[in-house]
Amino acid sequence: MSGQLQYLTSLVGFLAEAAVVVCVCKPNNFRRYLPLGFYMLCGAFGTCALYFSLLRFGSSSATYRFIYFYSDSLMMLAIYWVIIRFYLQVFQDLGISKYIRGGSTFLLGCTAVFSYAVVHANRFQLTMKFAIELGQNLYFIGVVLIYMLWGALMKLKETRSRLAQFVLALGIYFSATAATYAMRTLFPALEQNLILMWIPPTMGLWLPIAWTYTFLKVPEESQTATALLEAKAAA
Amino acid sequence: MIASFICVVSVAAFFQLIAAYCRSILASSRRVELSERVREVAGFRGNSVSVADFGRLLQLVRLCPERGDDQGDIRAVGAYYTALRFLNRLTSSMVPKIAAWTNRECESCSYFAAVALDRRISYSRDLFSQQLGSRA
Repeated sequence: MSGQLQYLTSLVGFLAEAAVVVCVCKPNNFRRYLPLGFYMLCGAFGTCALYFSLLRFGSSSATYRFIYFYSDSLMMLAIYWVIIRFYLQVFQDLGISKYIRGGSTFLLGCTAVFSYAVVHANRFQLTMKFAIELGQNLYFIGVVLIYMLWGALMKLKETRSRLAQFVLALGIYFSATAATYAMRTLFPALEQNLILMWIPPTMGLWLPIAWTYTFLKVPEESQTATALLEAKAAA
Repeated sequence: MIASFICVVSVAAFFQLIAAYCRSILASSRRVELSERVREVAGFRGNSVSVADFGRLLQLVRLCPERGDDQGDIRAVGAYYTALRFLNRLTSSMVPKIAAWTNRECESCSYFAAVALDRRISYSRDLFSQQLGSRA
């Protein structure tokens, strides 16, 4: 990726993340969407850290890559909170929030233990390949969780348009990123492929832009029949 | 092995979710009845809009003054329509079921464009009457 485009992507990403934080800070949204705001705030700090490391060390330095991959892993923790929040919103009427909290704590614990075990086992070869593989697995868990949530939204005939759009935007982000990481694991020769290089930063822009769009354009009370959203070939 | 599984599942999920996202944008226009005015301008009969009308409707939309709040939606639906037409061409001879589905989706895109045109015509009329009012 050329340097100027990288700076531009960082800047637009930072502004879009800040826009989501501003939208969440509105009194009507604050309690309901606090995890989204927190995640985007972390994202904005991460973008700043990446920007300064890019200026200071350059994009091919080990420091830049270290910050890139490890801030990404830490952001995954914040995004799990967002997913849990979406689950709680979808299942709030069924009164199973304590099971969701318990299940998600268990899942987070398992992910942390698994990640620690993998990192510990590979501590002498914490290479780029390993970081990509770990990222691929973490994002794939996100794809599975979001896909299950999307299935639940369909099954429960959830009509809240805002919630549906937030979940779908997050699902698109997860699936594109997981697929990119998997492609890079499968074909290491494509490491410098322009399209594969561009997908993660593009998706990094997509998520805050899509969420800002939803906050600004889709009112909280807006409803859509889920049947209209099912994309079945046989429909 | 794991990486190929993750790749295939993620790509399939990506296309399904992106289609659902575009449908969520299109869904906002489905409940809107087309006005007599837009039917007259675009030359429709009834509420049905054909797949082939999309390009023409988009050209008409571009002729109207911009409202400022629908540009992103129009661009997203335009990209979705282009992807659907491409998929339609690929599958029309091999998988007619998918081709029929893409046709239905393209019709929704055309309907969305007709609703966007309707809104822009109303907006232009409002602007015009405001200007007349300020002159008087």
